Amino acid sequence: MLAWTIYITFFGVLVLMLLPRDNARAARIVALLTAIAGCVVALVGAIQQTNPGEVTTIVKADWIPAIGANYYLAADGISLVLVVLTGLAAVSGILFSWNIEKRTKEFFAFYLVLIGGVYGVFLSFDLLLLFVFYELTIIPKYFLIARWGSTRKEYGAMKLALYSFVGSHLVLIGLIAAWVVAKGQLGHASLDLIELSKVHFSAGFQHWVFPLVFVGFAILAGMWPFHTWAPTGHVAAPTAGSMLLAGVVMKLGAYGCLRVAMLMFPEGVREWQWAIAALAVGGIVYGAGVALVQKDFKFVIGYSSVSHMGFVLLGLATLNTIGLDGAVLQMFSHGIIAGLLFAVVGRMVYDRTHTRDFNDLETMQLGKVIPFAGVTFVIAGIASMGLPGFSGFIAELQVLMGAWQVFPKMTILAGVGILVGVAYTLRAMQKAFYSDAPPKPVDHDHPMEPITVAERFGAVMLISASLVIGLFPNLLMNWIEPCFKSPLFARLLSGGAQ
Amino acid sequence: MNYLQLLQLSAPETIVTVTLFVVLGADLTVLRGKSLAARFNGGALISILGCVSAALLAFARHTEANLFNGLLVVNPSSDFVKVAILALTIFTILISTSAKFTDHVGEYLSLILLGTIGLMFLVSTEDLLMIFVSLELASFSLYILTAFNKHNEKSAEAALKYFLFGGMSAAFMLFGFSLLYGIAGSTNLRDIATAIAGKGFDPLLLVALVTTVIGFGFKVAAVPFHLWAPDAYEGAPTPSAAFIGSGSKVASFYVLAKIFTLGFVGAEGNAAYHSFLSGWTPVIAIIAALSMMLGNLTAIVQFSVKRLLAYSAIAHAGYMLLGVLSNTPLSASAMMFYVITYALTTIGAFGVVMVVEDATGSDALKNFNGLSKRAPGLALCLMIFLLSLGGIPPLAGFIGKFFLFSAVVSAGANLGLLWLVILAIAMSAVSFYYYLRVLKAAYVEDAAADAPAIRTPLVTFLALALLALLVILFGVAPGLLTQYL
Repeated sequence: MLAWTIYITFFGVLVLMLLPRDNARAARIVALLTAIAGCVVALVGAIQQTNPGEVTTIVKADWIPAIGANYYLAADGISLVLVVLTGLAAVSGILFSWNIEKRTKEFFAFYLVLIGGVYGVFLSFDLLLLFVFYELTIIPKYFLIARWGSTRKEYGAMKLALYSFVGSHLVLIGLIAAWVVAKGQLGHASLDLIELSKVHFSAGFQHWVFPLVFVGFAILAGMWPFHTWAPTGHVAAPTAGSMLLAGVVMKLGAYGCLRVAMLMFPEGVREWQWAIAALAVGGIVYGAGVALVQKDFKFVIGYSSVSHMGFVLLGLATLNTIGLDGAVLQMFSHGIIAGLLFAVVGRMVYDRTHTRDFNDLETMQLGKVIPFAGVTFVIAGIASMGLPGFSGFIAELQVLMGAWQVFPKMTILAGVGILVGVAYTLRAMQKAFYSDAPPKPVDHDHPMEPITVAERFGAVMLISASLVIGLFPNLLMNWIEPCFKSPLFARLLSGGAQ
Repeated sequence: MNYLQLLQLSAPETIVTVTLFVVLGADLTVLRGKSLAARFNGGALISILGCVSAALLAFARHTEANLFNGLLVVNPSSDFVKVAILALTIFTILISTSAKFTDHVGEYLSLILLGTIGLMFLVSTEDLLMIFVSLELASFSLYILTAFNKHNEKSAEAALKYFLFGGMSAAFMLFGFSLLYGIAGSTNLRDIATAIAGKGFDPLLLVALVTTVIGFGFKVAAVPFHLWAPDAYEGAPTPSAAFIGSGSKVASFYVLAKIFTLGFVGAEGNAAYHSFLSGWTPVIAIIAALSMMLGNLTAIVQFSVKRLLAYSAIAHAGYMLLGVLSNTPLSASAMMFYVITYALTTIGAFGVVMVVEDATGSDALKNFNGLSKRAPGLALCLMIFLLSLGGIPPLAGFIGKFFLFSAVVSAGANLGLLWLVILAIAMSAVSFYYYLRVLKAAYVEDAAADAPAIRTPLVTFLALALLALLVILFGVAPGLLTQYL
């Protein structure tokens, strides 16, 4: 059933392409219906899956027998979490780009290709298939930003595309080498992820292949110091683009790190564990510190994404179940919260004020003019700071608990990062919405467009998702926990601190 | 061994030869005085009918034969390559039907067919003499095709350059062949292999090896013998450039692999990291590495799309050479998959360039601005071709690269050839940038206000759409092609 998330999305692309060029309304509705259908299928399919701890096959068919590639879609609890996240992000992204008037049809076509590719990555258990979907997401990202973006859009788009492409090529080198070695050991060509996760690659081989593949994926997860595409890309992207970048695309990278690099090369992980943790903490602290001094509202959120993704990587580096649980939950949580923050900055504020400079925003009294945006940002900001009751709290707490067992000193540093996070969020909140700077006279001839119904729907949807998971984390933990107790991850976790 | 048998075995070539004369005759008689479009359509129809029947014949027969001690070798593998060459010829002819650069329709089409005949003979021989003769037959047709635009000085310049370089390379090749004949006393590749095998490595063989490599290096435009390619691609009429970049590439690589893997058995050497051993593989490895680097890095700064495609062709020749030097059955079939899908993609890309060029007067990058609005279908085709060249899944170019690179890595013991693959993959990441530049012009930039409208002739568009479909199809289901290779 879950496979239909992919098919429905690409079918939506086909329908969009057949629409007449000038009918923006039809394009929006088709895109929204497609995304809702995908989201519903994702939710229902995820709930229907009875044993999230096991990898449940959805489709498995011969694809290219000569190299052992199968059309193999399957899901375990981790995939379920991320597929549901993708569904939610897709729907809310469309709600927040309802005002796209320029070449609407093409915009949503690229948008849905991106979504379809993301669903595909999260459901692929064949390496080649996963890689195909992974690269499929690069092209729409480029065009979405370069065509519909804002500040330095062509630069940001090209930077993002090149970073992604270089990353995926690092992965490709590792995959080809691993494929050849595995073929020698198994006696037949295989690209089946589960089969490959049982192959024993020599320690010397893992020593250099693991960092290659891990870094290749981690570039897209915004790992410091390869994160520089993220702030520029986020800032340049149109609202829906940054929502998707932060919401799901960065998760692609983290998911690849976990599902491919760590699962296949467990000894490599153990060897590089410290390095990953150090870079993750570096990202947490650096991202938060830089976010604190930005003048551009969107850059604050962009750098905060780098900081929050650092928690995902830190969780992965712990190699214990609680840390990994936290990492996966943080992927979901950050996807929702960052999406919401970008929606406020990009759609609610920038599209109305045409500025993101705090100095200008301070004079606009936005908290009074568009109170809905102010309230939404406060709620999202609280969630982002990691206050109890929201999903971010439980996720980051687990990551820190896991990390404390392995690297206590670095965990303290990460905690400092959280404090700085509180500071930059409050600063942004105050400057953008509730400043007491002398107000600029209001232009009554061009009143600000009120918050639309679509925006309200999108915001409520994301806030409730974060709240529900914050209050009932077991909804997702019941999917995530059994995965890390399953035999698939046994090899990865066996040597780590429990 | 009688001449009837010869005629029977070379039936596909014979059919194309007959078609050539029919086309020429029809253009001089029946079609004389008709409009240019009518003459092109009529001539193209006859040529395509001939090519299709030749291809069907080659495809349907499952003959294994070896005539005159390797002078004419027919087997399913060479037959399939012939089918591929004929298909590429058909596509070349289809995109030339809207050409306006010449009114010598019969001559133009028959030269394409003549080149095709040369290429077909080239792939079905294991004899140095025959290789040389058919290669020259093909090359001479290509020289003339390059010069065919009489109104454009660049076309003449390009052809002269191409001809001089080509003539020189032919001399090198012939010199190498003569030494090989001197060593082995035979022009048959297998005889040469037996003669070399016992001898160890002598200086004469080294000279023969190097000059042969130089000769073929020119033909496939590998660095440092590539200098003619950008000028020839840029100056030649676009369909001619497409033909140079497609059909001729397929045949050249097939025969290049054949010469080295059949004729130089025992003189391989080793190109693996840490265990270099002189022989032909390290020579090719160096040429391949240089081609990948220079081709990709130079393509970045091009502003003429045809020149950009020329440098990308040099880079792709580098990737393909990896398939030759790894020298296993797996890598050979991976290389042929790569070359054939590359050739299909290249014709497509040149087809799009031709349409834009006809409408706007040049192939400058800025003329592609706003293509997605001016001609959405054409822009979509261009996107598919360029992304395939860049190696984006699920297109044929990606699967080709995966096949090729994994075959190369499997070939060297202890991942010894991985250094070449790492270089290739790194360079392929570079290549993405310049393909994206063209797509950026087409999809992101807005057209200038006075930009002329772009009308795609129906036949050309159908051909391009079919090519794009094939590029997707071979990417999604590569088994359709690999089963024959």
